[in-house]
Amino acid sequence: MSMEITLNREDIVRLCERVEGAQTRAYAIPKLTDEYPGMTIGDGYAVQLELRRRFLARGHKQVGWKAGLTSKAKMKQMGVDVPSIGFLTDRMARPENAAISTSDLVHPRVECEVAFVMKHELKGPGCNAAAVLAATDYVLPAVEIIDSRFSGFKFDLPSVVADNGSSARFVGGGRARYAHDLDLRTLGVVLEKNGEIVAMGASAAVLGHPAEAIAMLVNILAELGESLPAGSFVMSGGITEAIAVKPGDSVIARFQELGSVSMRFVE
Amino acid sequence: MNEEQIQHYGDALYDAWRECRTIAPLLEQEPEITLADAYRIQLRYIERRVAAGETIVGKKIGVTSKPVQDFLGVFQPDFGQLTSGMVYQEGDVIDLGTLIQPKAEAELAFVLKADLQGPGVTAMDVIRATDYVVPCFEIVDSRITDWKIRIQDTVADNASCGVYVLGKTKGDPRKLDITLAGMVLEKNGELHSTGVGAAVQGSPANAVAWLANTLGELGIPFKAGEVILSGSQSALVPVVDGDELVCTVGGLGSCRVKFSGRSAV
Repeated sequence: MSMEITLNREDIVRLCERVEGAQTRAYAIPKLTDEYPGMTIGDGYAVQLELRRRFLARGHKQVGWKAGLTSKAKMKQMGVDVPSIGFLTDRMARPENAAISTSDLVHPRVECEVAFVMKHELKGPGCNAAAVLAATDYVLPAVEIIDSRFSGFKFDLPSVVADNGSSARFVGGGRARYAHDLDLRTLGVVLEKNGEIVAMGASAAVLGHPAEAIAMLVNILAELGESLPAGSFVMSGGITEAIAVKPGDSVIARFQELGSVSMRFVE
Repeated sequence: MNEEQIQHYGDALYDAWRECRTIAPLLEQEPEITLADAYRIQLRYIERRVAAGETIVGKKIGVTSKPVQDFLGVFQPDFGQLTSGMVYQEGDVIDLGTLIQPKAEAELAFVLKADLQGPGVTAMDVIRATDYVVPCFEIVDSRITDWKIRIQDTVADNASCGVYVLGKTKGDPRKLDITLAGMVLEKNGELHSTGVGAAVQGSPANAVAWLANTLGELGIPFKAGEVILSGSQSALVPVVDGDELVCTVGGLGSCRVKFSGRSAV
């Protein structure tokens, strides 16, 4: 993966403003590579980190990170072949059983994930699943509401990275559990929308084991010159394919051993 | 269909199975064949196998997932008979030379400790009557050319049953969440696909209850000791010489199976 930055500062700020506008005013834009075909993944992260700088400057608090595009199903659905990461802030968090507005989203989709809360800092490169499990305080079930700001959810890796990995909202819920009490590889998950099963899978769908995704995230952070701080909330990536939601939809994700996470969507 | 036709097609399937070859879809030969006819043909085919020395050891449930039901244009599962000649133990190598066009499915198998007589059987009765559950592989196979099956074809062909392998780790369904237990399928050391118990009729126990009730209408009980394969929780995996598959049920354990030789097609 190339972390080389080819865009100049002016272009990065310009693209960041374009993404920020689409995120905050909820409209779709063409993927960034339409205008910058030579854009690299490194350029994507430069835009993402500029976006984070602006959010934090406005008082948003970063609570953690998310790994994205971590399953074969997701990579196939999105036509990419490398995972990505994005930052999470307090403004994206919604409580369990919340009514989540879609009027400030473009075309939201939900997916089921195992989330980790870290008790120790982790630094790459060379982070592995065992190190992740040793540094984990607890795991919990989560639903991520992703929302690509790109028209028709059509994008490539540099564009989606710049769009903060399609991060929009997230809900943590269910039961907190010690990772060492569970087989995190074989947890079954059922996603129901309006009482009907719409997606299913087991946690191995995420890079073979969700902790592998967290290790990968830590190693990408290392390439960006950052570590994963103690206390971080980290989502390991969708186990199921992402399912579109609209106002009136009620969603519940049921996890083996971890309980469930529910929410509904309103205008 | 009259008895003569039923016998004819049952015998044709038996011969195809014994000689490891396929026959044309039955619906191409008899467009008016009904589901009830198809089950009578299945019965004839199995009677031939029993007459040749096998015993009936259980049942399999098929067509339990929505994608497969949509594909076949039906709204309920089907079933077939498990016979003593279909049984492999975990660790055995399955000889593909005995099969035609095999594909593997990862499932949860129920072994009963009490008789279960429908109609009126619920999932709760199934749990009550279950001695234990084990992860298993069913190797489905079709005596119908190129798997060109409609529901009548697969039902007549004993629900496309080939052989099966039960894992050794026994689980108590009172302790295991069979609905939310994950299913992880690996092929030759690589992740192939994942699933979950709920993929089967909302819960594997629902599928077993459905079959108890369906058989109950025909006056047939489940017997203590019978094995019930509850339906696929994975994608269908074609298998060839040298392949090794492992399925793992979350909270329960694994079943491992190896294949050698060459199937007929």
